[in-house]
Amino acid sequence: MKRAVTLPAPLAQIPWQVILPIALLVAFGGAVLYSAAGGSMSPYATSHLLRFVVTLSMAIVMSFFPMNLAKLAALPIYAAVVLLLMLVETLGAIGGGSQRWLNLGFMVLQPSEFMKPAIVLVLAWFYHGLPVGMIGTWRAIVPAAGLIGLPMLLVLLQPDLGTALAIAFGGAVVMFLAGLPGKWFAGGAAAALVAIPLAYFFGLQDYQRRRVTTFLDPESDPLGAGYHITQSKIAIGSGGLFGKGFGHGSQSSLDYLPEPHTDFVFATMAEEWGLVGGLFVLLIFGLVLRWGLTVARDADDRFSRLLAGGMVATIFFYAAVNLMMVMGMAPVVGIPLPFMSHGGSSMLTNMICVGTLMMVDRWNKQPGGKN
Amino acid sequence: MEPRLSSNSLKETFDRRSFVLGAVQGGVGLLLAARMGYIAVAENEKYKMEAESNRVNLSLIPPRRGWILDRNGSPLASNRSDFRVDIIPERLHDRDATVDLLAKVLAFDDLERKDLIERIENASSFQVVPVASGLDFEKYAALTVRLPELPGVLPQQSYARYYPTGTSVGHLIGYVGAPSREEYVLEPKPLLLTPGFKMGKNGIEKQFEQELRGVPGARRVEVTATGRRVRDLETREDVPGNPIRLTIDGPLQDYAARRIGLESGSVVVIDCLTGDLLCMASMPSFDPNSFSDGIGRVEYSMLSENDRVPLRNKVLQGLYPPGSTVKPMVAMAFLEAGLSPDASVSCNGGLRVGNRVFHCWNRRGHGRVDMAKGIYQSCDVYFYHFAQQLGMNVISDMARRCGLGQEFPLPVASQFYGTVPDPAWKLKKYGREWQAFDTVNATIGQGYMLFNPLQLAVYSARIATGRTVMPRLILDGKTPKFSSMNFHGDHVQVIQNAMSDVINGPGTAGRARLPIDDVLMAGKTGTAQVVSLAISNGKSGPWKYRDHGLFISFAPFNNPRYACAVVIEHGGGSGSAYPIARDVMTFLFDPAKALDALHGFEKQWGGTAQQRLAQSYAAYAAAAGVDLPPAPPPFKLAEKVDAEARAATAEPDTPVTDALVPREDPVASANGNLT
Repeated sequence: MKRAVTLPAPLAQIPWQVILPIALLVAFGGAVLYSAAGGSMSPYATSHLLRFVVTLSMAIVMSFFPMNLAKLAALPIYAAVVLLLMLVETLGAIGGGSQRWLNLGFMVLQPSEFMKPAIVLVLAWFYHGLPVGMIGTWRAIVPAAGLIGLPMLLVLLQPDLGTALAIAFGGAVVMFLAGLPGKWFAGGAAAALVAIPLAYFFGLQDYQRRRVTTFLDPESDPLGAGYHITQSKIAIGSGGLFGKGFGHGSQSSLDYLPEPHTDFVFATMAEEWGLVGGLFVLLIFGLVLRWGLTVARDADDRFSRLLAGGMVATIFFYAAVNLMMVMGMAPVVGIPLPFMSHGGSSMLTNMICVGTLMMVDRWNKQPGGKN
Repeated sequence: MEPRLSSNSLKETFDRRSFVLGAVQGGVGLLLAARMGYIAVAENEKYKMEAESNRVNLSLIPPRRGWILDRNGSPLASNRSDFRVDIIPERLHDRDATVDLLAKVLAFDDLERKDLIERIENASSFQVVPVASGLDFEKYAALTVRLPELPGVLPQQSYARYYPTGTSVGHLIGYVGAPSREEYVLEPKPLLLTPGFKMGKNGIEKQFEQELRGVPGARRVEVTATGRRVRDLETREDVPGNPIRLTIDGPLQDYAARRIGLESGSVVVIDCLTGDLLCMASMPSFDPNSFSDGIGRVEYSMLSENDRVPLRNKVLQGLYPPGSTVKPMVAMAFLEAGLSPDASVSCNGGLRVGNRVFHCWNRRGHGRVDMAKGIYQSCDVYFYHFAQQLGMNVISDMARRCGLGQEFPLPVASQFYGTVPDPAWKLKKYGREWQAFDTVNATIGQGYMLFNPLQLAVYSARIATGRTVMPRLILDGKTPKFSSMNFHGDHVQVIQNAMSDVINGPGTAGRARLPIDDVLMAGKTGTAQVVSLAISNGKSGPWKYRDHGLFISFAPFNNPRYACAVVIEHGGGSGSAYPIARDVMTFLFDPAKALDALHGFEKQWGGTAQQRLAQSYAAYAAAAGVDLPPAPPPFKLAEKVDAEARAATAEPDTPVTDALVPREDPVASANGNLT
């Protein structure tokens, strides 16, 4: 074997082709956050970079876990997260009002975030254990539907539509990849078409309904709920091809852009870096997701494939919904942009997904990896 | 593809489907790139403009309001630099918390706090609500420091309207205030929503709003989403409004208002040559300075509960029976109808018509009375007698010629014109025939006759000069020419002499003589009874039942320059009115002497009108609880005051059924000083 650069074995096994693009994106995110804080490393940029370093180390450690452990832990992890969700719900009911967080004193935990990778893990485990012949029967769908439905219900109660949809999407993609009959998905899509108007009128909270209507017509309420979308589009649109220059975004620095450091970080970026910056971000997501799908395809066994595929779908869902939202193509649902938005939970979840992919990648490269 | 399921077929399915997934992801990626390209490149211009209009706030600078000047160019209303605070309700996050903090920083009491909440609630969201003005720098600075906690609160340095003579010009000049929702609907201009902008709400301020307003300046400022100013980009200066110059003599107006003292009444002075209104004082009054930030409920309650109606402009909205002040006019009607001034009648305390006796105010009689004596002794029988001969119509025609019952073309919001009764009027109004007692009442200015003080002044000027003097309020550099009234021969001199004798001869108002050697004043007293003899003696007892005191005058008597009318509501007779007329007239010729007299009175009264208003405000505020009703907005207040004035001066619903019996006054009869 001929190698241009020789790395020590443990380092060479680390998938630099994904860590480097992600690190670039995080660094770029740090720059945007620096600007969003008015040209200051605090309070966003420093903690953003620090979190990346911590979660990256965690992901690398994770990548060394053996497959057996992953399989063994799938159900307990899932159960633990469901319990946490219930705990949040109970505390919220006692405290009066909606609650999404558990305050552990030293950190604030948002259990619904963990459910996104957990649902992928538990479904991969479930379909791995399901006898091949049963994939077309009710045995393939009913338990899976239960596994998805329970946490979705708990998260919807919070109420957090965005996360619930993310869980549903992650679960559905694993089912899709697991080979469930195509007509079921067609049927599901048809059912969704019927259910969406019903859910809109009976299931959604007032504020969520308003978000949907203003998404459809943001100018109907320019100072109210449509404000976010309108301001975000102004930020992106006024950036033009090359942006207004680093630190010169008026929309973000004068507070017109809501949440310029979290949900709308892309708009903050686009105002200062323009279309060029936006394409750079899209390109990096493309690289990461393509690598993830390659890992999934290269996997030898069903568990790894489904696990990797589901993780890719979860990251994709995050990025796609956030970008559609800031560009006015989706309602405001409060989903941050992976690797760029400031926020510990989001960084942690996404790095768990990346760590899982790295883990599968490692299994793929070990000749006897299926131990 | 027969669905024979195996691990391998599932792997194939996975590969196929993961390819679909990848394709979907790629597709979404392309879609996002295209969308972003569309927004950022194709629609770049549009969004650039929107970002710019976000960033740059064009804020209007309220124009400095034009001054209102008196005839000599000294200000009746000016502007002074001011620290003020406003609220933009739309930008408030937590109204109650903001109001609490504001009340704390500005040291508001409970009522002021309540007024503020009231004002915020009544405003539409985009409207500007004044919080306070005239702040001292400490409070202003304290507020500016806490601004981050107070979104929607806007402290600024601006100009506030200032009325140097306060209460003295309240009714005449009116006051300013923040535009109301209704005014914005009528005139939807951005200026009306600009913090600190005030518009005229009453009086001259309202009538000349457009002239006084000026052109707003503009400031381009970079602002944050919450409206915080980051930096100024460029500024265009405002163009101050045009000054309005009135015919009013500021010092005279102030003097007359103060001279009314504790009484409730009005003084009008008119220039006989030009018709210039030199003074239109109505007291008690309000302080227009304190109205410009909205009318506080303490102040409103105090003013509206006062039975001297300080909110009513008595010069224009007060209608009174003129009493004997009509006698010179009636005498002129007789002269013009051909009666000789020497024609006389014997007065022995009453006139018998048919089987009825109409009493003179002097029950012992005046003896032989000709026209001059009829006027200076105010003998009722003389007028009863010749009015029965000549008829009512000559009197009512003359009244109208003299401007009584007339509405003058003046820039005022509300002007009542009263009643000149005649047989046709009575038939139309009550469906009854004119009776002998109606004529009797009319000759002594009672019954249906109602005039306002402005009309009395104009009448006085016309009778004094024999010219159709028209009052005017705006000094425009032109000198009006008045045509003659076409009085025959020496009729004007006859009346002038008789009216001079009222004061300078054997008349009823000897004490009205001017304390100036070479200027003689001529005049005519009037006492208007408001209730019958049976109810009150007119001089003491409940204030409401006392007689009105009236006095018309002009000076110098042989070459009239100034005409003056004084009406004192329930003053207990003309003795309350002519000393005021004397002092006001004195002020025109010798201000120092008149001021000496005034200062003596003000010592007894407890200060100037302004000081007394401040004292009674403090007393009232201390006594009042917190349950006072809120003040109505200015436009409603004006309507309310107008309606109440109308109701107070309305003609009776049922016709008068008998002659008024003039009150006999033994004291007055003895020294000849009444009616």
